[in-house]
Amino acid sequence: MTSDGLVCALPDRSSQEEIRRYQDPNVIREILHTARTVAVVGLSSNTLRPSNYVGFYLQRHGYRVIPVNPNERSALDEVAYPTLADVPLPIDVVDVFRASQFVPDIAWQAVEVGARALWMQFGVISIRAAEIASAGGLRVVVDRCMKVEHARNMGRMHWLGFNTGVVGSQRNPDAR
Amino acid sequence: MPDQPRAFGFDTRAIHAGQRPDPYTGARAVPIFQTTSYVFEDPESAAAYFNLQEYGNTYSRIMNPTVATFEERVASLEGGAGAVAFASGLAAQAAALFTMLQPGDHIVASGALYGGTVTQLKHLSRKLALELTFVDPDDLSAWRSALRPETKLLYGETIGNPGGNVLDIRAVADIAHEHGAPLMVDSTFATPYLCRPIEFGADIIVHSTTKFIGGHGTSIGGIVVESGTFDWSNGRYPVVADPSPAYHGLAFHETFGMYGYLMKLRAESLRDLGACMSPFNAFLFLLGLETLPLRMERHVSNALGVARFLQQHPAVERVRYPGLPDSPYASLVSKYLPRGAGAVFAFDLAGGREAGTRFIQSLRLWSHLANVGDAKSLVIHPASTTHRQLSDAELVAAGITAGTIRLSVGLEDLDDLLWDLDRGLAAAVGARANGRTAAEVVA
Repeated sequence: MTSDGLVCALPDRSSQEEIRRYQDPNVIREILHTARTVAVVGLSSNTLRPSNYVGFYLQRHGYRVIPVNPNERSALDEVAYPTLADVPLPIDVVDVFRASQFVPDIAWQAVEVGARALWMQFGVISIRAAEIASAGGLRVVVDRCMKVEHARNMGRMHWLGFNTGVVGSQRNPDAR
Repeated sequence: MPDQPRAFGFDTRAIHAGQRPDPYTGARAVPIFQTTSYVFEDPESAAAYFNLQEYGNTYSRIMNPTVATFEERVASLEGGAGAVAFASGLAAQAAALFTMLQPGDHIVASGALYGGTVTQLKHLSRKLALELTFVDPDDLSAWRSALRPETKLLYGETIGNPGGNVLDIRAVADIAHEHGAPLMVDSTFATPYLCRPIEFGADIIVHSTTKFIGGHGTSIGGIVVESGTFDWSNGRYPVVADPSPAYHGLAFHETFGMYGYLMKLRAESLRDLGACMSPFNAFLFLLGLETLPLRMERHVSNALGVARFLQQHPAVERVRYPGLPDSPYASLVSKYLPRGAGAVFAFDLAGGREAGTRFIQSLRLWSHLANVGDAKSLVIHPASTTHRQLSDAELVAAGITAGTIRLSVGLEDLDDLLWDLDRGLAAAVGARANGRTAAEVVA
């Protein structure tokens, strides 16, 4: 599916500046507000894995979470699909829990299935994948956690003393 | 087109960070949530909270919305990932250590740490089989040569007490990180207004919020801030990185990433040690933070005025204020404390213990007590109070003399503070400032 086999096998040594281009808070908020269906690539059924924590949280907050993982039959009471192409419904966000070198491939698939956003979790950093998805018309987030960003902007992260960076004098319309 | 997010300034965040007005009532002040516990929406939510799968309130020993507002505000001001508040500064420090260390681990600490900290470290080392080495904080080679394979933490203070040592935070952080260990800094005397050690590589910041953050001498409290950037999964911190038996095998650092240490600090250490901050105290500390920038400006300008006055007074042998231009710490102050070197410092009075006692007795405005960081100016004579059991030789070993006086300079009129000091000094040794009045000296 991709022609950059060698490139994607190399570690992605991206500069912080390049990464920050894909951490725009307005893009993050827009994705969180408009998305309904989130395909989580690498979602584990093990309730102690970070991917399970994030999937569980997103489900609790009203998103339809679709596990994409060839090693799982189901997770979080949803059928798991081996690849994005196997998912039988429209995908808003492709949320990635895979090692960075696999993400360009996932980005091509995300473009092909018509997803609207590609989201790489903490530590998942591939500028190549970000460029593929951007060129395909997707919005892109790199090295950010979808659970944390939801909790920071719309959730209850401030209940546990974390530095959300959210400051404002209006009642929070998103508080839930 | 939405606004680009704005990076608000320090003074704005001192007033706003951590709080959006209450969504139900619109209350503008931070509400005091004086409650032990919280009604769960449903059993599934309760389970999610206890499994740490969702941010939720369960019990005020572990989290409370008023306390959380204070925690987030301090984390914002320090530039950390988050913070956890405690019932006192010593409780905060003990919990910070408890979260990362295990028996056999070694701490390298500044020998100029606050006496209560030294006592706690010695006590913990006996009870929990930790190893301790105290080093001269000004000697970088001493920090380096004290390191051992089992060294898990370097610990110092932004501004030491009573010597006024200023820590070379960047250099000591580099030494710590080369060894795969974090640097913890007690920044109580600086507050985040004067210095933000995380900007210079420190990993964990502890404060006694009792002092300048509260600012009015009303409440005891402490807080731990963490940067979120230290790699707790480097193989040296199994108590942070390994699966936790208390949470069915949850690996805090892997699952919560940059928030892993803080989650463990709250969900295990605060939960188990139990020294939580009361919501009412958090409310008072929040009021303190709102005026922290204004108060610290006056604290440091008054402190500099007092230090200059004392330096010129014939009854004074030595002034140990790092903010004076001829201080041995002047270059470190310009790097780490450009807005001022704090407002707590010591000076040595000629005439020993008796002179010290007479000085204290004759003051009318400065309060004789064992605290610092109040709006009121405070004074103590260690040789006749906190250190009275020590011989003169032992006092010297502790970095003080029989005539050492420690001041915490408050927010009163500087001229009134100098008037009172001048009276005290005259009573102590019968000398006045070369026949000039205090106002003349300062002018």
